[in-house]
Formats: sequence, C-alpha cells, structure tokens
Amino acid sequence: MSALLEVRHLRVAFETRRGPLVAVDDISLQIGEGEILGMVGESGAGKSVTGTAILGLLEPPARITAGEILLEGSRIDNLAPEAMRRLRGKRIGAIFQDPLTALDPLFTIGQQLVETILTHDAVGARAARDRALKLLGEVGIPAPEKRLDQYPHQLSGGMRQRVVIALALCAEPRLVIADEPTTALDVSTQAQIIELLKRLARTRGTAVLLITHDMGVIAETADRVAVLYAGRIAEIGPVREIVHAPLHPYTTGLMGAIPKLGALRSRLAQIDGAMPRLDAIPPGCAFHPRCTQRLAQCDREIPRAVAVDGREVACWLHGESSRG
Amino acid sequence: MADVPLLEFADVGRDFDVSQPWLERVLSRLPKQRLVAVDDASFRVARGRTLALVGESGCGKSTVGRLAVGLYKPSRGTVRFDGQPMPSGSGRETMAVRRRMQMIFQDPYASLNPRWKVDDIVAEPLRVQNAAMSETDRAERVAALLRQVGLAPADARKFPHEFSGGQRQRISIARALSSEPEFLVCDEPTSALDVSVQAQVLNLMRDLQDRLGLTYLFISHNLAVVEYVAHDLGVMYLGRLVEVGPATTILKDPAHPYTRMLLAAVPDLAMTGTSRTPVAGEIPSPIDRPSGCAFHPRCPHATERCRVETPVAKPIGDGRVVACHLVGS
Repeated sequence: MSALLEVRHLRVAFETRRGPLVAVDDISLQIGEGEILGMVGESGAGKSVTGTAILGLLEPPARITAGEILLEGSRIDNLAPEAMRRLRGKRIGAIFQDPLTALDPLFTIGQQLVETILTHDAVGARAARDRALKLLGEVGIPAPEKRLDQYPHQLSGGMRQRVVIALALCAEPRLVIADEPTTALDVSTQAQIIELLKRLARTRGTAVLLITHDMGVIAETADRVAVLYAGRIAEIGPVREIVHAPLHPYTTGLMGAIPKLGALRSRLAQIDGAMPRLDAIPPGCAFHPRCTQRLAQCDREIPRAVAVDGREVACWLHGESSRG
Repeated sequence: MADVPLLEFADVGRDFDVSQPWLERVLSRLPKQRLVAVDDASFRVARGRTLALVGESGCGKSTVGRLAVGLYKPSRGTVRFDGQPMPSGSGRETMAVRRRMQMIFQDPYASLNPRWKVDDIVAEPLRVQNAAMSETDRAERVAALLRQVGLAPADARKFPHEFSGGQRQRISIARALSSEPEFLVCDEPTSALDVSVQAQVLNLMRDLQDRLGLTYLFISHNLAVVEYVAHDLGVMYLGRLVEVGPATTILKDPAHPYTRMLLAAVPDLAMTGTSRTPVAGEIPSPIDRPSGCAFHPRCPHATERCRVETPVAKPIGDGRVVACHLVGS
C-alpha cells in the first residue's frame, strides 16, 4: 500500500530564549487513500502542532527541526512558501474548529466558494458557481441556491461548518486536515458532520487526518487512531482494537476516564496528575510519573515504538523482552 | 419537613427583552421583541441529590441555573428554596439564603481573578458572609478547604496562573464550599477540561456530595457525564423541559422523541465501526420558536396536533413527567 501522506520522525520545536521547547517529537505516521486517521490526545499533546506542520502553517518561533513530510511520495516540508501556498487548498484542504472565524463575514458564501475555486482552477465564473452549488449540495446544505447569496452570520453553526468543509473541498484535495471540526457544535450537529466526513472519505477517496480530543468522535469516524502524549505517539493502530483493548497504560487510563452511557455510575478510573508542560517533560517515558505500572528503566530511557498485534506501542511493558 | 424539596420550580418562566434600541425601533417601526428563555419549568431537587439539566445550546439550561440561585428573577411562576419563595433584592433575608448556595462555572480561566492569590479567592465568601471570623481561623479554614479538594495548603500563596485547568477548577470548588453551602449550581463544570482531568473533578464532586450531603443542580450538554453524576435528569429543548425523571430510567428508555434523538447522537465508544441513525435538522432560534411543540419540525412522529397545540407535561407513571402528545395518551 502506498501511503498518500507519510510523516517520518517529525520533530517540531519552539525556539525560546531558554532554548528549544520540543512540542512534537519523533512522530511517524501514514494515511492511505480514503482513510481517516484519528489523532487523539489532551491539550498540549502536540496534535494541532502536527496538523499545522503538515499544512506548512507553522509560524516562528515554531519550526520543523527534524523529519520529513511526504505527500504522494514527494517531500512537502522543504517547499518554498509560495509553492506550499499553491499546494494548500489544491492538494491539502483544512477544516478548523471554529466555523465563524474560518469564514469572511463580509462576503457571501457564494463569493467565498467561487473565489476559492477560481484561485485553484482555470474555469469560468459560471462553471465555478455551478461547482459551488454542487459542493453545497454535497455537504448537505438544503436549498443551496438560496444559501449561495447569504452571509456567514445568516447560517447556523452546523451550516457554517458545512460551508467550511465545502471550501476545503473546492479544489478536490487529496488530503484533508480536520482540526477539532465538531468541537464547537452541539451533539446532534456533530453527528451530522461526522457522517459527512465519513461519506467524503468513502466516495471521494480523500485521506483525512482527524484531530480531536474526543475519543467518541474518533471511535465513530476513524479507521485508525494515533494516541498522543506529550508530543509523542503512545500508541497507533486500528481504532477498534485500541478502543477495546488498549495496550499503553496512558490509553488505558484515557479510556477508563471517559464517562460512558450505560455504565450506571460506576466510578471513573482517574489518571492522577496532568500532562506535563513543554518546559518540564520528564526524562525517559514522559508518562512515567503518572503511570501505575512503571518499570525501572521508564524514567531513564525513552521507549521505542514496537509492533504488537497489528499496532505500534511505545511502552517498556511491550518492549522486545516481553514480546516473546 | 423531611419531604420538602431543597429546590422547587413551579411553572417558572423567564423572558428577556431583545428588542432593537428605542430609536431604531421607532424609525423602522419594529415591535418590541421578547425572547422566552425558559417557560413552564417545574421540577424538584431533593436534599442530597443531583438533578442534571441537559440540552443543546440555547435551550435555557443556564438560565434555569441562574434562576435557581436568584441571579435572575422569574418572569412567571415561583422558585422555592427549602420551602420558601426565593427572596430578591439585597436584604438580610436574601443574604441568609444566598449563604446556603453557591455556583461553579465552566471556565476556570475566566472565573478566578488572576491578580488574587488562591488564599484571597477561597477566603472571599468567608470575608463577605462571616466578617467576624479572625484571620488565623480564616487561614485554617482555607487550608482545610484546599485539602478537601485535593490541593496542598501551601498552594494558598500561589496565583491562579500557576495551576492547570483541573487544579483551577478545584480552586473554584474550594471557593464554592468555603461558606458551607447546602446547594451548588454547577454550570458545565468540566466542559473546559481534558478527559483525564474531567474524571478527577467528577470523582471529587461525587465524593464531596457523599461526605457533605450536598445538593447539586448540574448543567451539562454531555449525556455520559450526566449519567455519571445525576440521580434525576431534566431534558430541555428551546426553553421547555420535555422530560424529567430518574436519570437511569430516562437514559435506559427515553420517552420523548427529542431525548431519544439526543441519546442516539452521542458518539458511542462501544459501537466502533457500526453506523448510526442520522439526526435531521438543527435547533431553531429561540426568538422564532416553532408553534405548538417546538420540536415538531425535527420530530419523526409529528402530527397535525403537534404543530398547533403545545403539549403539557404529564406524569407517565414511572416517576417521569413528559411533555409530548404521543407519550402516555
């Protein structure tokens, strides 16, 4: 299988006066055509930084200090800003959390869609408008002709997020980075957006990197999931297996901490403490101070990712010795 | 006295004036506009229990929370606390009732004064409500409160920015507990927190309830969180309670079509890979709420009657009250 997106040993650091703060360290992942890779973690885990790095939108003091990002086999992390700008939108689409700030309040939905289409494709204004109408229909906006001439403030939150998705799809990108696309929405609207993302990946073959803090959204949407902790991937593999039988103690803790319907008030498992700050990431495995199963080497050596049961886990409990 | 509920809402409604400014209204000949944020809300919260209110944005759940602590006065109906109508104004009677209730807010970054030390934040209700207390007693009390919420007494000398989100919410809880309230309104207390931290705060809230016999009105949009904390549940849609009753009954077998829809929309961890029934439509604006049952444009079972007649909440026998023409008739 050739991956559409491949990230190899990515490291992103923020340069500060007191030296670099590493926000993302040694992240490697692949996304295939039509596949949805979920990326889950708590605030500060490095999920948005990873998404921003792939989009080439990192701003100083943040920069990629190691690793490579490949889109359809060619490197995109070392492109000139102008080349990257053309690539963005054309081959990589982006959907952000807040649909209101992602849209320009002074232009109608139609104007914004048509402008985006014309930027990326040499088509006539009439054809662009037709494409805009078709896109709005595809993302599930009722009466698209009417919506085309409306302004963002005239639309509800869910409708706005659909427009943002339509905008991201204008140039038929191969890859879509969706950073918390449902977090600002109500559950009933969230369910609709989840369905939409799944349908797009299925019918258009678009690869999706879905970044969210909500394991429930991942479980419903993604094919595979990467669990991030303090800038590193703790565990990556098929969603079903990671949800039902997590191997990394952090994933186990995370799953236990999520209140579930039907659990009838059984006490929530809690992971004591909180994610470390970037300037105080513990040596060895960053999770060791909160881990209940830590071993002697956990506070000294960073565990390497090893393949176990079709997934990769970075934990000394699942190292070479215990693989037997 | 034992069966007087600590908090009781009897047909409570609250309106807001959302008209354009006077001149604009006169020039454009616009009528006055009223937004009915809450209407016909009736429920009881028994001592030592938790009633959770759930619903999507704009359903009026936070307005109910503010009515419950007297921050808003009802436009219609009565709010009773411990059997007595909620006093208004700033008289001695109001102060006496307010001392017995506190509020915890959603955003622990906005609800703590960044220029105050934790000590001052937690001690403020004591200063206001118990001015006679000596400084040493107050410091001791603050230390005990911090210990109670899982922080160290030494944390009293720090500023809020030195704490993580979860720790800040613990400070909010310590502040709320300082005046030894019986009743707490918690408005989305864990929505701004990460899941692992949310679990810590939810566990703490339940422990405190067991230990201190607290009564909670818990406002949330997350049904799974609600199931974990609530004894009773009220589901709100566009300002009205559509279903009220024991939480386990409602969550196991929802009666109102809206409750069913809401439950079906919750991403379910266990059903990885399986598809769900899609939910249609979106919440209308509360300013032009649909006629009859406000849910009828999205309801798969809506009949002609639902379009014209507002359903009245009626008991359906298992401790539940449901406002739907099709249920229990």
